[in-house]
Amino acid sequence: MSTTTTRGVARPAPAKASPARPRRGLRGNPTFNFWLFTGPFLIGLVIFVFVPIGWSIWLSFFEARFTVTPSHFIGFDNYKQMLTNSDFTGSLLTFTVFAAFIVPTTWALSLGLALLVHRLRFMRAFFRSVFFIPTACSYVAAALIWKMSIFNGVRFGLANTIIGWFGVENIAWVSNPSPPWYWLVILTVRLWLQSGFYMILFIAALQNIPAELYEAASIDGAKPGWQTFRFITLPQLRATSTAVILLLLIAAYQAFDEFFNIIGNKATWGQTPLMVLYKTAIGSGQDYGAGSAGAVILTVLICLVTLLQGKIMGFGRGEETK
Amino acid sequence: MGNTGLYVCVSIAAVLFLIPFYLIVRNALSTDQEITGENWKFFPSHVQWGNVSELFNDPLVDFSRSLWNSFVVAVLMTAGILLVCSLAGYGLARIPYKHANKVFYAVLATLMVPTSVTFVPSFVLVSSLGWIDTYRGLIIPGLFSGFTCFLFRQYFLGFPKELEEAARVDGLGYWGAYWRIVVPNSLNFFAAMATITFISGWNAFLWPLVIGQDPSSWTVQVALSSYMTNQTVNYHLIFMATAFSILPLVFVFLFLQRWLVQGIAQTGIKG
Repeated sequence: MSTTTTRGVARPAPAKASPARPRRGLRGNPTFNFWLFTGPFLIGLVIFVFVPIGWSIWLSFFEARFTVTPSHFIGFDNYKQMLTNSDFTGSLLTFTVFAAFIVPTTWALSLGLALLVHRLRFMRAFFRSVFFIPTACSYVAAALIWKMSIFNGVRFGLANTIIGWFGVENIAWVSNPSPPWYWLVILTVRLWLQSGFYMILFIAALQNIPAELYEAASIDGAKPGWQTFRFITLPQLRATSTAVILLLLIAAYQAFDEFFNIIGNKATWGQTPLMVLYKTAIGSGQDYGAGSAGAVILTVLICLVTLLQGKIMGFGRGEETK
Repeated sequence: MGNTGLYVCVSIAAVLFLIPFYLIVRNALSTDQEITGENWKFFPSHVQWGNVSELFNDPLVDFSRSLWNSFVVAVLMTAGILLVCSLAGYGLARIPYKHANKVFYAVLATLMVPTSVTFVPSFVLVSSLGWIDTYRGLIIPGLFSGFTCFLFRQYFLGFPKELEEAARVDGLGYWGAYWRIVVPNSLNFFAAMATITFISGWNAFLWPLVIGQDPSSWTVQVALSSYMTNQTVNYHLIFMATAFSILPLVFVFLFLQRWLVQGIAQTGIKG
């Protein structure tokens, strides 16, 4: 099902091409051309991605403080150290809670916005831009606005001003881990920044749903609204939803910028795994061995979760409508 | 949902989404007293345009330098990524090399390892190359984006074969067909990718943070972040800085978003 309706326009069957002139020499040689085209990219990929990954894995088995060419092999000690490090395990928990909240809410919000914008006849481009434009804002800038202006713990922050109108006391949104109001801050930042982008993906998908499906459904007696949404729209969006959720998960793993700038690296709560790694490897301890071990652990976790998600939702293959 | 109901909903959402921008403008153009005052001022009584020159003459942070750094990095990175990743994407999509699939899976594998997780060893590699505090160190490691290569490959897979076949009949090889036929007919997609790359290059934080250690190498994001760790908090300065850090992107965005929307739709992620 996913293969039949993607591009929309049927291509005319190609006319029988006159036989190409015999390819001699390098110009038509597939092997030469392949490496010509992919060469620069692959060389860079090897140097700046594969080598660091390999080096990192190698480093993780050594005692490597303040040095990147260590000589003291310590086996899995770094791994043990990281797995028993409460900062690191705490950060894995933080990240899991974070992903559990941010992924479904962003998915729901971007889908909701897409449904709204898709139905607009008038000023559609304007509203689409409004929701999309936060993508142009950096996480640092947004973190700044959120921390200093909206959720500033003092009375002149926007949130405190508004609740002040209802007679509620000031809340220290980001400086106090209990009660954990900072989650509201962190989640809304990312929601604002990301929803527009995923809304665009959903709008494109919605535009591809053939109108006949809805016509057929209403002939069959389906009521417009929730029924058509649940039985027509949602299944048609399955492939896009899978892609969106995958992208959201991957993005959630890399959460650093807003946590670093809103909560800060010095706090003991609300740290993401990446922040702990940053502190371990580049902070005062410069423990590259332990930092690398942590990175490997994190990578394995990511692979497991994405494979799991792929198994549960299918790797982007559409579902047959009943 | 009735039509009015629809527009009411979407307008409320729009207002909520625009609040942060309103806050930036309001705070950037106010005095600190107006921002921290007792009663909420919806807009400053006198627009403080002087805050602009105050920002650029601040002795603590060389803001114009950081804007320039961001600009150089974003532009060079966009050019570099477009060149390198599009060539690779085309090679993977269109050249019938027998091991092409294996290479593609190797590239895909790097997507599993998010770039930020490799930052520890990448940092080590880059610093042993002596690239700390240099443009090279900021730009080059980021050029080899498996994701961008993947998007280009998906796009080229959908490129009409007839055009390339016509080029072949005219005697062009792969290289010639690519530059003379494929690229000129793909400008929309390139524009979309350029926008995405420029934005992420401009907004990058972690990598410039670890590479740009001397304040003269700071990009605008690092400079912004430094405002929050300063001892004294100058609200109007912070927000003026934020405004300037976003302004170039908003321009780029508003002009190019049509292609961006088209380009995202064309990668076929939708299905």
